[in-house]
Amino acid sequence: MIRYIFMRVLTMIPTLVLISILVFLIIELPPGDFFESHIAELQALGEDADLAEIEMLRERYGFDQPQVIRYLNWAGGMLTGDFGYSFEYRLPVNEVVGDRLWLTIVLSVLTILFTWALAFPIGIYSATHQYSWGDYGLTFLGLIGIAVPNFMLALVMMYFANTWFGISIGNLMDRQYLNEPLSWEKVQSILSHIWIPVVIIGMAGTAGMVRRLRANLLDELDKQYVVTAKAKGLHPKKVLRKYPLRMALNFFVSDIGSILPAMISGAEVTAIVLSLETTGPMLIRALQSQDMYLAGSFLMFLAFLTVIGVLISDIALAFLDPRIRLGAGSSK
Amino acid sequence: MSNTQNALPEPGAPMGHFVSDLPFDPNEGEAQNSAQARFAQASQRQLMWWQFRKHKVAYWCGVFLFLMYATVFISEFLAPYHQDTRNSDVIYSPPQPVHLFHEGAFIGPFVYGRDQTLDMETLRRVYTDDLTDVQPLRFFCQGDSYDFWGVIPGNFHLMCPAKGGEAFLLGTDRLGRDVLSRTIYGARISLTIGILGVTLSFVLGIVIGGLAGYHGGWFDAVTQRVIEVLQSIPSIPLWMALAAIIPVTWSPILVYIGITVILGMLDWTGLARAVRSKLLSLREEDYVLAARLMGAKSGRIIGRHMVPGFMSHLIATATLTIPAMILGETALSFLGIGLRAPISSWGILLTEARSVNIIALYPWLLFPVVPVILVILAFNFLGDGLRDAADPYK
Repeated sequence: MIRYIFMRVLTMIPTLVLISILVFLIIELPPGDFFESHIAELQALGEDADLAEIEMLRERYGFDQPQVIRYLNWAGGMLTGDFGYSFEYRLPVNEVVGDRLWLTIVLSVLTILFTWALAFPIGIYSATHQYSWGDYGLTFLGLIGIAVPNFMLALVMMYFANTWFGISIGNLMDRQYLNEPLSWEKVQSILSHIWIPVVIIGMAGTAGMVRRLRANLLDELDKQYVVTAKAKGLHPKKVLRKYPLRMALNFFVSDIGSILPAMISGAEVTAIVLSLETTGPMLIRALQSQDMYLAGSFLMFLAFLTVIGVLISDIALAFLDPRIRLGAGSSK
Repeated sequence: MSNTQNALPEPGAPMGHFVSDLPFDPNEGEAQNSAQARFAQASQRQLMWWQFRKHKVAYWCGVFLFLMYATVFISEFLAPYHQDTRNSDVIYSPPQPVHLFHEGAFIGPFVYGRDQTLDMETLRRVYTDDLTDVQPLRFFCQGDSYDFWGVIPGNFHLMCPAKGGEAFLLGTDRLGRDVLSRTIYGARISLTIGILGVTLSFVLGIVIGGLAGYHGGWFDAVTQRVIEVLQSIPSIPLWMALAAIIPVTWSPILVYIGITVILGMLDWTGLARAVRSKLLSLREEDYVLAARLMGAKSGRIIGRHMVPGFMSHLIATATLTIPAMILGETALSFLGIGLRAPISSWGILLTEARSVNIIALYPWLLFPVVPVILVILAFNFLGDGLRDAADPYK
């Protein structure tokens, strides 16, 4: 088991290196750099650019050096927790980002838990009551969840929360806690706000998961060992719990790997619409102003989150199913 | 002859026997044992088609999508107005319902003319129907002039408002542009971007996945890693980053191509994986070995023997990835980093409904989300049906 985890973590490293190269290429892609567009902007406004300061920043962040060195600086900095410098805010990225990374993680974890809590019972119900009205109804609801774009759902929910309950559901916490250190009141405020984005983001993921869980479970229910168990007179509930459910559980854990990227995508878009204090709004702002270090760090962070999520789901899977941890060495 | 039938023939003479004059078909018995024989003799393509026809929902979704795509060719003709026509005196007009009966008498589809007043308290324009002003809709008529596909000038429409009147069946936006017409024009961009993007990722997926699956070795290892990397970066932020890089100075058409390429370039991974795993299993089949022993080159083996074996699966998989692209384009445009205005796509139209206030005051601006949802649902059902049909022997 330890050997498996070790190998699994090792294979993660080249993936992360490749991701960081890709992200760095994206950072470098726009013609010119932030300074050029910044100077142009200032000149358009008729102000003098502080050329000395800009020249200093340029040197400090190695913009006069070749790309390979810049990449090594950037990637090396990230390893030591230095994510570069946000040129727009004129602060290190670490300070600009602040709580946002943590809130993104909290939001993602809660969304996954929500998805699980919802998808598991619904999937089982749909599979065991195949072609019943309940199955059709739930399938239809799920399809709606897949088809309605996240941002629309967010907007519409915002509207209904406003007209029906008179509450404003934007943001993740009440305004007065924004720059406060963590306190019990702040946590409460966050908890009272966070469920709405969790529901919105979890919707599409839940729908997809129910669909796949149902298909998977249906496959299992048709297998001969289930028939045998039933023929021997085992109670149907017990058959379900002892055999097919365990098989489905496997899939259930590994499926996180496939819905996680989509979920984080959805979270970003939803966060922008609801103006949550997570990475989404800041990412898009950074992209629009070509503050590429900030944007790059966010991209890297989101990818990292996904890779870690998949890693955790893989390890959990190995705990659940001995076949995986034993077969891993030869098949991969 | 009949009287000698039972008698023995003369010695040495040939024995007479009865031959019926009725038409005879040796396969008659089997052929008329209809369903089974038809099934046994049908080609694989035919079997798939039958299987697909059985999936009623998927079939009708296919028809629906076909019609939607057909409108793309004649958007200018179908839309009552040109997408850019601004009716500056009727901004934020609510949808005008179509009536058939006026004061109990049937006069065909018409709308009532309207009076406009400004609510001095909320500064909203209030439109009230003028029940004496009947404006029958005209069909196959001359209306706004347009350049068909940007080339051929014309002014022929399927439906236009009465002369001097107006008919905004789905209301107007902040510049007084007809939402219905803009949605019809928007289909052109939103629908084609999905198809073009999938075509691109399809080609990439087959070529890259095919090479990886057939040759294996270092190429396979590298491809697997790259796919893993691309799949572990959440797609929308990545699309956002790449879309943000497209220079502002590009013309709308270039931006359109750029966005399509971005969507397609990052989406081939799933298809490539499917191709690779299929190839890996097909590679061990006897008929592939036979082809190789007869000296076929690997290109021929892949193209002639293996690809037909899983093409149907691939098409089904590709169909299921189109919705993600359409949603991706919509989300990017909605956030303001995808396509840009003069072009109108459903995502761009939805940017008009960006805030809660707008939704509360002018809910009809949300209409373009309806075709988005319908098309995505239809593609999902169609893909499911195709996937079932892809394996007709099951």
